[in-house]
Amino acid sequence: MLRWLIGGGREPQGLAEKSPLQTIGEEQTQNPYTELLVLKAHHDIVRFLVQLDDYRFASAGDDGIVVVWNAQTGEKLLELNGHTQKITAIITFPSLEACEEKNQLILTASADRTVIVWDCDTGRQVQKVSCFQSTVKCLALLQRLDVWLSGGNDLCVWNRKLDLLCKTSHLSDTGISALIEIPKNCVVAAVGKELIIFRLVAPTEGSLGWDILQVKRLLDHQDNILSLVNVNDLSFVTGSHVGELIIWDILDWTVQACERNFWDPSPQLDTQQEIKLCQKPNDVSIHHFTWDEENVFVAVGRGLYVYNLQMKRVIACQKTAHDSNVLHVAKLPNRQLISCSEDGSVRIWELREKQQLAAEPVPTGFFNLWGFGRVNKQASHPAKKQQENSTSCSLELIGDLIGHSSSVEMFLYFEDHGLVTCSADHLIILWKNGERESGLRSLKLFQKLEENGDLYLAV
Amino acid sequence: MISAPDVVAFTKEDEYEEEPYNEPALPEEYSVPLFPFASQGASPWSKLSGAKFSRDFILISEFSEQVGPQPLLTIPNDTKVFGTFDLNYFSLRIMSVDYQASFVGHPPGSAYPKLNFVEDSKVVLGDSKEGAFAYVHHLTLYDLEARGFVRPFCMAYISADQHKIMQQFQELSAEFSKASECLKTGNRKAFAGELEKKLKDLDYTRTVLHTETEIQKKANDKGFYSSQAIEKANELASVEKSIIEHQDLLRQIRSYPHRKLRGSDLCPGETERTQDPPSQAATTSDPEESADTDHYTCRPAYTPKLIKAKSTKCFDKKLKTLEELCDTEYFTQTLAQLSHIEHVFRGDLCYLLTSQIDRALLKQQHIINFLFEDLVEVDDRRVEKQESAPPRPSHDRPTSRSVEECPVPQVLISVGSYKSSVESVLIKMEQDLGEEGSREVEVTEPSSFDPQENLAYLDTDMKGSISSGESIEVLGTEKSTSVLSTSDSQASLPVPSSPQVVRSKAVSHRTISGDSIEVLSTCPSEAFVPDDFKASYPGAVNEEESHADDGGAAIHFQAGLSPPELGEAEEGGSGVTPSQTDSCCVGREGGTLRVPLSTPGHTLSDEDGVVSVPPQRYQQKDQEFHVDVSLENANASSRDSGSEGFPAYELDPSHLLASRDGSKTSLDDHSDATSYGSSVTSASSDRTPSSVPPTGPSSERHKKRAGQNALKFIRQYPFAHPAIYSLLSGRTLVILGEEEAVVRKLVSALSIFVPNYSLHAKPVKHWVSSPLHITDFQKWKLIGLQRVASPASAGTLHALSRYSRYTSILDLDRKTLRCPLYRGTLVPRLADHRTHIKRGSTYSLHVQSVLTQLCAKAFLYAFCRHLHLPARGTEAEGLAASRQASFLQLNLGLVNEDVKVVQYLAELLKLHYTREPSAAGQPVLRFDYVPSFLYKI
Repeated sequence: MLRWLIGGGREPQGLAEKSPLQTIGEEQTQNPYTELLVLKAHHDIVRFLVQLDDYRFASAGDDGIVVVWNAQTGEKLLELNGHTQKITAIITFPSLEACEEKNQLILTASADRTVIVWDCDTGRQVQKVSCFQSTVKCLALLQRLDVWLSGGNDLCVWNRKLDLLCKTSHLSDTGISALIEIPKNCVVAAVGKELIIFRLVAPTEGSLGWDILQVKRLLDHQDNILSLVNVNDLSFVTGSHVGELIIWDILDWTVQACERNFWDPSPQLDTQQEIKLCQKPNDVSIHHFTWDEENVFVAVGRGLYVYNLQMKRVIACQKTAHDSNVLHVAKLPNRQLISCSEDGSVRIWELREKQQLAAEPVPTGFFNLWGFGRVNKQASHPAKKQQENSTSCSLELIGDLIGHSSSVEMFLYFEDHGLVTCSADHLIILWKNGERESGLRSLKLFQKLEENGDLYLAV
Repeated sequence: MISAPDVVAFTKEDEYEEEPYNEPALPEEYSVPLFPFASQGASPWSKLSGAKFSRDFILISEFSEQVGPQPLLTIPNDTKVFGTFDLNYFSLRIMSVDYQASFVGHPPGSAYPKLNFVEDSKVVLGDSKEGAFAYVHHLTLYDLEARGFVRPFCMAYISADQHKIMQQFQELSAEFSKASECLKTGNRKAFAGELEKKLKDLDYTRTVLHTETEIQKKANDKGFYSSQAIEKANELASVEKSIIEHQDLLRQIRSYPHRKLRGSDLCPGETERTQDPPSQAATTSDPEESADTDHYTCRPAYTPKLIKAKSTKCFDKKLKTLEELCDTEYFTQTLAQLSHIEHVFRGDLCYLLTSQIDRALLKQQHIINFLFEDLVEVDDRRVEKQESAPPRPSHDRPTSRSVEECPVPQVLISVGSYKSSVESVLIKMEQDLGEEGSREVEVTEPSSFDPQENLAYLDTDMKGSISSGESIEVLGTEKSTSVLSTSDSQASLPVPSSPQVVRSKAVSHRTISGDSIEVLSTCPSEAFVPDDFKASYPGAVNEEESHADDGGAAIHFQAGLSPPELGEAEEGGSGVTPSQTDSCCVGREGGTLRVPLSTPGHTLSDEDGVVSVPPQRYQQKDQEFHVDVSLENANASSRDSGSEGFPAYELDPSHLLASRDGSKTSLDDHSDATSYGSSVTSASSDRTPSSVPPTGPSSERHKKRAGQNALKFIRQYPFAHPAIYSLLSGRTLVILGEEEAVVRKLVSALSIFVPNYSLHAKPVKHWVSSPLHITDFQKWKLIGLQRVASPASAGTLHALSRYSRYTSILDLDRKTLRCPLYRGTLVPRLADHRTHIKRGSTYSLHVQSVLTQLCAKAFLYAFCRHLHLPARGTEAEGLAASRQASFLQLNLGLVNEDVKVVQYLAELLKLHYTREPSAAGQPVLRFDYVPSFLYKI
């Protein structure tokens, strides 16, 4: 692992070059997933998974159907048919506290230019909106205002009863690709290369109607913005096709930090790799982020990077984590990171602190070489520099899950039930911890024995 | 005269019953008694008797009131089966031992004829001359046109193997009872229908007569009646009486005690019928009854006929066929049941016994059966059926109870004791149907006891009373050597208030000398023995004794009771308890004697020249030679040499030839063709080979072939062990090869090692040519995969290497195996390439036994509570795991990878046990992250 991060500092360079993709082999003692259940219901690429509650999730994809599953048993609970074309966005729609109906709702948007509200407990189609001019590509829920937004070529605001409250003018033909809520009743929409900030005006005593106003356009990205997330109360992060990572201040929408150099061909890389990079320009596109309190985990092309928010620098990276583009990453509570990729595999990584000798200059040199830190707007503190040396981390592969035969689009992690992955091979796989499942089955067995009265406990 | 009585009590295992069932003593159950004549150098396979028929068959006979005993049909209905065997003669024999008292007539105190719902009687009978031994099941069916309304029938299972009949008595009895019940149910319906028609006729006749009388009255006003008018009036009166009688009969047949139906196994049709009309079932509380009444009332309109005053002579009319007597539907059902019986019981006795032991043991382990047993489905259904049926009242069906309750039924059989018990003594039976005179004498004799009763017998009017007593009396010849059973003599007993209560209870074990019929035993038919019964004990016994002293009688009563018990029984006025009933002999001498119980002294009186040893299965174990033969040894010694050479006795050319010729089955390899002991046996005993085992030919043959091929595989490939380990531990084994036949063959051979998910199907895919997918590994545990030479195979191979962590790959073309390491001890035992086992069937039995052992371990592991659940709530997490590990290692003696096998099986057990019946059992794919190795030859 170390050798990948260091990239040739101490390890023989040749080894790294020979097999750029790290493999782990068949013995994976730390991989807890020793049981799998293949769930088959879809007829096309499954693109979305959304967790409904502790034990249920919904899946949706290009076949236009939404399926509700039991994550424990793998049982198919419901199949929601209504869309005629592929589903483009799905969000859960938590019911109001005051509302009598406690049923879990989900919203789905489809390429057939409709949005449907489903009741996930009954499978009922609650409501359907079909007055869209364009395909809705993203959905966002503003729970505080009890409205939801749909983003296509324009941005519409809806209330719970699916009344159109207001909408923007036509924004772009490419449409809004991502939409998040930020404080002060604002939302950020990613439209092509630019970020547009809208402010929602709720009805007050003076004005009865809702309104949505364009507040600011941010033009810092060079290429299409692919991902946009809220990382904490202070900032949101965007990533673009050419590997630009920008951290924005959530309140004044200014750039806090920026990383543009993921794609820079390093002089240390040999020509072969350079060619590869050239051949695959989206090797550095940022597809997905995930975050925790300290770090943002970035899927850059085939690689994984860990960007520390405090230090404003990459503390660990795995340049070729997968054979192909990483599509989704998630952070597990136990310092583990899971990534899935177009190559059909899911890999489990562990973020390990590297016990670095203070005198070792390699990491700093390495990052400097890559140009990290230079672009930081705020000056690096010397004290933090000191820290960097000792807290640099590594991503170590502890297991891979092979099951899908095609690109793994997304996954969901259940604390209690394991991991759910969905893929372009139309399948959903439920990965489970075999040992725990075995224990659960024993529990169930003895419960059933007790029910049947077959259990005699020795006194 | 008869010097030694040959009839012995057919005892059941009463001692066994009394013993609490402690532990399954496995070794004893597996023990096979030595062939008793082995010391004399006789081949156990050769039959001493010269039976004239080639194989077992079922004969249905009737005692026709017109022509006497006559055979009706045989199952299988093939003249080749019984060959030159004289069915007519044998029908005469079997019909002459009907003991039951199914008389219909005017019982005392009743103005109307009574239908007696008699139980069937069950007799074992042997004819040493013919070399035929039979289980005979007598039953009576009702026929309005028959004398006494009854038609005696019997069904007989005829075999050349006396031991089979004796040892399978309980099973035969149970199965035949089902068939009989089916027939009788159909018959009751048909009879009720007949009665209804008859009633309508009578009603119509009455109306006509009435009108005629009225006309005559009007025409003839002179105040006195002409003789014609009187005749008419008499006729009318008799019609009225007849109507009342028929109504009463109808009421009786309809009120057939339903408790009996519930108690006994309903035949399928009946069950359907009861469930059929829910609306009607709702109207009455008893669905059975409603169905019945429905059946009676919903007949199509019937045009009544005028009934002539004089009934036609019985010889003029044509008697109804059996099919007419019963509903056609029930008749066909019965035939199906009978051919099922024939199918189950054919074949060699040892095979039957083995499979019964097998089944009994399988029943005990019903939780784990699904893993490897493919016959379980049938068995389970049977078991469930039995369990779902309400338990029979134990007091009236002691034998059936022993069948059902014995955890290991009919396992221990002492051939030796049987041998001695069946000392054949010729029984004289010079009887001919024309002996009316003697019959009359016999009939009248009981009148000295009970004149009223006698009236019933002598009632010769239209209702008639040819009770089955008459047919019984065929035995009671002037030789006076017959012993009539209690059930028979009961007819002449003082009848208690309700005649239906009097049902024969006691078993009679009797010998009738003077002819070659040996009545070996009967089983108890259910009934109560009236209290009055004991009144006749002393005299009867005395007479019996005196008779025995005369040396003229071959009667011997064997009471398998200890003296105290006997005394108790005699004192207890309530009659005979089941066990006593079984073990004591009840006889009747010359129609007047009833010897229900013999005294111990009598039993043991050697001066009588009596040699009798009851065939007691669970008793007298000390007399048996128990040889504990492990499956392997037994196989190695007897069957196993088949592929290489026959054992010494089989090397006799004639035997060999016979076995070859006899087994007409053309199986693909030699070992298969000779692997059945039964086929060899039957061939040498001049019977058609019944190589078809009772459990189903295809599965058995498949097993045999699979065993053979698995054996080949084990010998051929040094890496068979890891391959089998893969299968046992749930890792999919992919067999890669170009030739479909070769791959298929190996797949089906190795499938015997694949644990099932459920009862339904083995997770085995014999042949695929498309690239494998993850779902295939979830679904299949053994896959035959086509290797294609074209570029298309690239995808296949790519998928295979991609999913290599889920699979072991056996490449048949390159003779390589890629799979995880195996270092356990279990598989070497299961698949030893140096094994001496040579036959496929033997090997599959060996595999079965080893796997059963393995399953038992898995069961223990899965169902030990403390292993999986924390003993206390606050227990540390690792403790349970360490307990599991130590249990597996220390208690179950598993090493290394064997642990994983048991764990996998335990998981399957858990899944199977906890699975909801509704849920489509979707198996999970369990796997391990373990490195694989490449094995080469």
